[in-house]
Amino acid sequence: MRRVLELRAKLNDAIRRFFRDRGFLEVETPVLLPANAPEAHIDAIPAGTGWIRTSPELAMKRLLAAGQTRIFQLGPVAREGEHGRWHHPEFCLLEWYRAEAGYLDMLADTKALLSFLAVELRGQTDFTWQGKPLSLAQELWEKHAVSQAFIEHAGWDPALAFDPDRFDLDLVTRVEPALPADRPVILIDYPAPCAALARRKPDDPARAERWELYLAGIELANAYSELTDPGEQRARFEAANAARVRRGGRPCPLDETFLAALAHMPPSGGIALGVDRLLMILADVDSLDGVLPFRFG
Amino acid sequence: MAYTAADLRKGLKIEMEGIPYEVVEFQFVKPGKGQAMYKCRIKNMLAGNTMEKTFRSVDKIDQPNIESKTLHYSYQEGDKYIFMDNKTYEQVELHEGVLGDQRHFLIEDLECEVLFFNHRAMSVTLPAFVIKEIKETEPGARGDTATNVLKPARIDTGYEIGVPLFINQGDYIRIDTRTGKYVERVKQP
Repeated sequence: MRRVLELRAKLNDAIRRFFRDRGFLEVETPVLLPANAPEAHIDAIPAGTGWIRTSPELAMKRLLAAGQTRIFQLGPVAREGEHGRWHHPEFCLLEWYRAEAGYLDMLADTKALLSFLAVELRGQTDFTWQGKPLSLAQELWEKHAVSQAFIEHAGWDPALAFDPDRFDLDLVTRVEPALPADRPVILIDYPAPCAALARRKPDDPARAERWELYLAGIELANAYSELTDPGEQRARFEAANAARVRRGGRPCPLDETFLAALAHMPPSGGIALGVDRLLMILADVDSLDGVLPFRFG
Repeated sequence: MAYTAADLRKGLKIEMEGIPYEVVEFQFVKPGKGQAMYKCRIKNMLAGNTMEKTFRSVDKIDQPNIESKTLHYSYQEGDKYIFMDNKTYEQVELHEGVLGDQRHFLIEDLECEVLFFNHRAMSVTLPAFVIKEIKETEPGARGDTATNVLKPARIDTGYEIGVPLFINQGDYIRIDTRTGKYVERVKQP
């Protein structure tokens, strides 16, 4: 217990130092929201007349639209029904944003951050997780294009003819298990229907500027070149709501304040990183149980 | 009747393509922007082998028609074993293959749990321990109760079992039906 509390405090402190030293401003945005970003498969937990945030993304983008250029936030989010070895309904998310930047700038930040945190908590970039070697050295990162990984391991290119059910199943059963587990791996350039809040590639509109980071086969972070077109963003929110209704869920209200602010947001890069999972790996335990002193339910 | 993926848990019995399976391991997985899925290891209840199967939350999963009955062993007829339902006085014939090695530990009137899949007997669970008489073994070595050395012995069904050296023909022993191994010497029941 004491060891986990100390590791958590040390990790939070190291994260804050990393960003402060790079000119980022720590911000706090509301946990209780009138509206979250509608997503087909993320359900917010109702609270009074609103919802607990599923991510601080929309509020942080409003800060970018209001002129902030480098911001980060470390804090709790909650998602209904996500409970398992690597899921907990409430978890700690680290998000940071850079104005006038894109998803590859976020990748450079993430490489520097993870090697820094490994040295701070484990003394070096190379360590073991559950008896297996894992290196967070910056030169070892591997980049796998989503289309290429799916062609190789699942036999189809999801950017050509997208099938959301098959995509999720093949990702979990074929692609993720085939990724190297001894170094950071990113899956990059998702099919446009998986773009969420990322912009499409200017020269390849079938794919979006989004990447996901895997450590030891565990999904750890999700980064975008942020979509700044309010019209396209509204259409995507509406598509996500339609998908929610199709699977028997309820649509989410749209955050009109956010949509109005988006017109003023500069081109930006943004990322969300699961801090509990990172702590789990750095603490060398194989379940969130090992790093969460309080479990829900 | 059908389950949804949200009903999945360890120990749940499901049916796929006419075969009953039991969920033996189960993990919630969910890509950040994707749907919830359940990565399971499932055991074929007929053949005994296990396999990986991932269910999506949209998947409908069939519920097998499995029924458990308490039956009492009655007698053997060739490769058939006749059991009695003491409530209905119905006789049930189980083939040797369904019983497997468990058939060696049957005793008249022994109470067993029998699982039926689509009204066909699928497996039999005996009480964890049964008492059997030693029908055949080399004479015992007196006083040698300390060593772990075993010698072969036979029980009434012809089953060969390793017993300590001090066990004699005509002694009664307790057998663990789950392992088929000797547990201890007991008084005549």
